[in-house]
Amino acid sequence: MGLINTFSAEEPLGPNVVVTRLEAAINWSRKYSFFLYPFATACCAMEFMAVGGPRYDLDRFGAALPRFSPRQADLLMVVGTITHKQAPILVKVYNQMTEPKWVMAFGVCAVSGGFYDNYATVQGIDTLIPVDVYIPGCPPRPEMVLDGLMLLQEKVTQEKWSDWPKGPAPVKMKC
Amino acid sequence: MSPNATLDKISRQFPRSVIETHTWRGDATAIVRREDILAICTFLRDDPELAYNFMMDLTAVDYLGKAPRFEVVYHLYSLSKNQRVRIKAQVPEADCAIDSIVSVWIAADWFEREVFDLYGIVFKGHPNLKRILLYEGFEGHPLRKDYPVKQRQPLIGPLN
Amino acid sequence: MTDSAKTLHTEHMVINMGPSHPVTHGTVKFTVTLDGETVHDLKVDIGYLHRGFEKMCENGTWEQVMPYTDRLNYVSPLINNVGYALAVEKLFGVETPARCQYIRVIACEMARICDHFTNIAAGAMEVGAMTVFLYFVEARDLLWDLMEELCGARVTANYVRIGGLKNDLPEGFGAKTAKAFETCRELWTDVDKLLTKNRIFIDRMRDVGTMPAEEAMAYGFTGPCLRASGVPYDVRKAHPYLVYDQLDFEIPVGETGDNFDRYLVRMEEIQQSMRIVEQALAQLPAGPINLDVPGLRWQSKDDTYNRIEALIFHFKTITEGIQPPAGEIYAAVEGANGELGFYLVSDGSGKPVKCRVRPPSFPMTAAMPRMMRGRLIADIVPTFDMINMIGGECDR
Repeated sequence: MGLINTFSAEEPLGPNVVVTRLEAAINWSRKYSFFLYPFATACCAMEFMAVGGPRYDLDRFGAALPRFSPRQADLLMVVGTITHKQAPILVKVYNQMTEPKWVMAFGVCAVSGGFYDNYATVQGIDTLIPVDVYIPGCPPRPEMVLDGLMLLQEKVTQEKWSDWPKGPAPVKMKC
Repeated sequence: MSPNATLDKISRQFPRSVIETHTWRGDATAIVRREDILAICTFLRDDPELAYNFMMDLTAVDYLGKAPRFEVVYHLYSLSKNQRVRIKAQVPEADCAIDSIVSVWIAADWFEREVFDLYGIVFKGHPNLKRILLYEGFEGHPLRKDYPVKQRQPLIGPLN
Repeated sequence: MTDSAKTLHTEHMVINMGPSHPVTHGTVKFTVTLDGETVHDLKVDIGYLHRGFEKMCENGTWEQVMPYTDRLNYVSPLINNVGYALAVEKLFGVETPARCQYIRVIACEMARICDHFTNIAAGAMEVGAMTVFLYFVEARDLLWDLMEELCGARVTANYVRIGGLKNDLPEGFGAKTAKAFETCRELWTDVDKLLTKNRIFIDRMRDVGTMPAEEAMAYGFTGPCLRASGVPYDVRKAHPYLVYDQLDFEIPVGETGDNFDRYLVRMEEIQQSMRIVEQALAQLPAGPINLDVPGLRWQSKDDTYNRIEALIFHFKTITEGIQPPAGEIYAAVEGANGELGFYLVSDGSGKPVKCRVRPPSFPMTAAMPRMMRGRLIADIVPTFDMINMIGGECDR
């Protein structure tokens, strides 16, 4: 991804102070400026609206602005149940997002299918795309969502340049 | 009109079509032969004393083990008379088809597509009988009693 | 047009407003055939949120259906709970005590207010008025605080039980409701001042998505969309259930059936619902909230732990489910979107044979092509919002 990765700064130079400080700065700026793609389908969208509302403010995390184009977003929040009919669209949106990108499974239907153990529901989106943060709850309270977002921020702090790019979702599209 | 009055009128107009009527818990219900459903629905809508101008709901029930297996259920409502009626038509499994009533109430369009999608009952004369709730290539009709609830038919994946 | 313009070759363009789109509430696909910006034809594809409600109901007992009903119209979940409980009670042929009925009315009307807040907030946001979204989400949060005190959950309440309720009203509920309504009324007035005489809002909503009364009835419209077309049909007045016949309220009716009338009808319904809640709280009688029928509704923990008959009933109703008499019924309540009907078929066992929901927003979504032919593509946004299609109930 650009000059830095192809240059592979880490190998000849090792994890020295310049590289680690630069990584820390980049991770700091990434974690405080998530551009959400709210892939909202079901009831959890109500709590997502509340999280974005004035009381449980997402804006103080720098994550207020939803970007409805996958090219411009970096945090895919899968809010609500994903059915088998919707699954190809989810994978397509994930593949269209540019790296670095993170996925948050918001709500127990996205985490594991919820109590919809039937013919129509995907039993957890991690059967389709790699997930970074799982937020259970039906629907989760806004405080849980903010906690999950902070966990994701901690995860982003630990990242290295060599983590990216990761490539498209490994699941095969049948069509 | 009381529930019984509606059923009496239908029974008098279509004596050979009405198989059974009852008003259990106050719900006027008539079981009719499926061949005459279009005529009965048109009569219910156009007769000035009945005036059923709302088709509230159209669904089907699977009585696995009974013959005929399916029952298509129509719930109608008359705004001016403030009266409800339920019409049921029995459909056997072998010849799983019934006339479409889209020409009587256009509301039936999507409801019939849903019954076709989930039960496999064909509606003859429907302008666009395609699946509506499930994806195009889905195999089977999930609301039938012999379709297992946990059967997995993913379109893509799963990875694990 | 000049001569060169008349000989230009033009084609219709087909655009996909796909299922993952902010306007389509994430679960509807529009395939729009455009002639410039004018919609020539519109095809609607739903089913992206079909979660198998009916199949799950047939595989559980009658009481286990209750959490699934929450997730039907998830913006006003208590109305679905009440509708289902009333339907099963009709199967049994019983009626709950008076206090229970009043509390159910309070719960329903609060859920209706939340639904209308959410609908207007989302609708206004999608035509550009972000502030209204923030105001009404705050108002809805205040009501959700009340719901949380009442039953422990903000959104999916699962509060109503067949034959009663989960618990009685908490202490001081009336006073807290009065305080919350004061703030809600202030926010309502603010939004009214921002939108109702706003030139831009009127231009986007007036004469857009018009549906004349006859066609609306033919399509099966019910609820605020039908009342906006001029037909005064409300299940609470036509077939009164619970204690609605003892409460004084009006149903607002529009004239033209366009999006602006739907907005006005919903705004006025918020005020009327607040009136209903205040009357119900004032008239609330004392008494039990659960039916004293052990085979239908669990007895108190005191009874269950100390009397063997209550324990046996508790055991049987959990393992086998409550057992209504064999038969079928249809019971309708006035949902926030329209007539929410439950058609239940029982064969005398603890599991439903059929548990059908008549979805109020299904016919309105089916009528989208009829409303949008000949309009501009930007008109799809306010029309689809004002129909208030909720994926959970449309796709079930």
